[in-house]
Amino acid sequence: MKYIKEFRDGKLAQKLALAIRQEADPGRRYHLMEFCGGHTHAIFRYGVQDLVPQNVEYVHGPGCPVCVLPVRRLDDAVELALKTNVILTTYGDMMRVPGTKQKSLIRAKAEGADIRMVYSTQDALRIARENPQRQVVFFAIGFETTTPPTAVAILQAKAEGLKNFSVFCNHVLTPPAIAHIVNAPAEPGEAPVKIDGFLGPSHVSSVIGCTPYEPAARDFRKPVVIAGFEPLDVMQSTLMLIRQINEGRHEVENQYTRVVTREGNRKAQKLVDEVLELRRTFEWRGLGYVADSALKIRETFAAFDAEERFALSPKESREVKSCECPAILRGVKKPTECKLFGTVCTPDNPMGACMVSSEGACAAYWSYGRNREAVAAAKGAAA
Amino acid sequence: MCLAIPARVVSIDKDDMATVALEGIRKPVSTALLEEVAVGDYVLVHVGYALHKLSEEEAERTLQLMAEAGVLAEELEDMAGEPAAGAGA
Ligand code: SF4
Repeated sequence: MKYIKEFRDGKLAQKLALAIRQEADPGRRYHLMEFCGGHTHAIFRYGVQDLVPQNVEYVHGPGCPVCVLPVRRLDDAVELALKTNVILTTYGDMMRVPGTKQKSLIRAKAEGADIRMVYSTQDALRIARENPQRQVVFFAIGFETTTPPTAVAILQAKAEGLKNFSVFCNHVLTPPAIAHIVNAPAEPGEAPVKIDGFLGPSHVSSVIGCTPYEPAARDFRKPVVIAGFEPLDVMQSTLMLIRQINEGRHEVENQYTRVVTREGNRKAQKLVDEVLELRRTFEWRGLGYVADSALKIRETFAAFDAEERFALSPKESREVKSCECPAILRGVKKPTECKLFGTVCTPDNPMGACMVSSEGACAAYWSYGRNREAVAAAKGAAA
Repeated sequence: MCLAIPARVVSIDKDDMATVALEGIRKPVSTALLEEVAVGDYVLVHVGYALHKLSEEEAERTLQLMAEAGVLAEELEDMAGEPAAGAGA
């Protein structure tokens, strides 16, 4: 844990911590939602929460691709793998997420389904080339960062005339989710989520740029600061958000200028646009159905759309009872408020998606929460 | 899943592919998302695709921070094609 101490004692971290303390108005609370699981991870790993004053609170957002995939879509993939003769390819993060009745892809694999983990869509294409007699489906999940590689693979498959490759597309979009979180009415019996500003996505923004967040920032009067994934980035972005809130501004600012430009990666945007189009609505775990929040494969590429190629049956999908992932993804609950946390549900035996992925809030609490408590205790003893 | 790792381009291959090197690992990556790329460039690699070009200084700083944060080993494992611990069971 040497690096954590080094970071915390470092000049820059100390300087930023001081500036945050000086500028945060003790008379108000700052609820800052870090959208990305990558930020949640950095905040926990480095104990950033303990470097900022008590009235600055990080609210964990839904930016964990595995976490927001609704159980129904996972059940579809499990069905596809078990009931047809396809080779299902997927990113490793997906394998252990429990579906209905806790059926995960890894369980389906144990039952004989041909499911293969891939690092890249290029690997999925290779598997399709090597198995011309089998149908190969790529189970595509992820935000805007992970979408262009899917689009490229479909274009390549078309160019090569690959007849046995298709994509089960579950790509989702960040800006509509941000708007939904601040705009959706609270669930019955739940207090509305409190958010004063957003730490915006890092690598997502490297693809889409800064402008897509502008409508949400303007319409809901919430500042957005696009933040890098390193702890110093998070602290600097926190300071930028506090300044905006103090001054009553609600702009989209970019802290992560070393990677993110205003217009983003135009080439990647163009490729995505060529292959994919908006879905009218899509279900997110925790958020429910969100209008215009996901992408589907365009009609011209229907031959590569697994949803067109395979008939998937409607199902009664259900989350694990008492898993609080949905409320956690809305920002209204903390992992420690889930009664399964750390007892029934651990990273070795995850009951919900938020414990499977390292970007999930439950996994972050589990890995670093105890360390954080120890730090807080040491602080208390020293005071 | 949204993490990206910097690597140096060591050769430009055919069909929008390039080979990158990082910590002794060589890996083919797609450069289909970049306008242009040359040997010696540093790129940010995400799920086997170069997403963005970086300066050498920035690449090294990022790698160092990732190593300190303990996430570099995980990403390298993914890149080398071995399942990360726990995921392959
Ligand atoms: S601790 Fe486990 S069961 Fe509880 S909310 Fe998190 S993932 Fe779900």
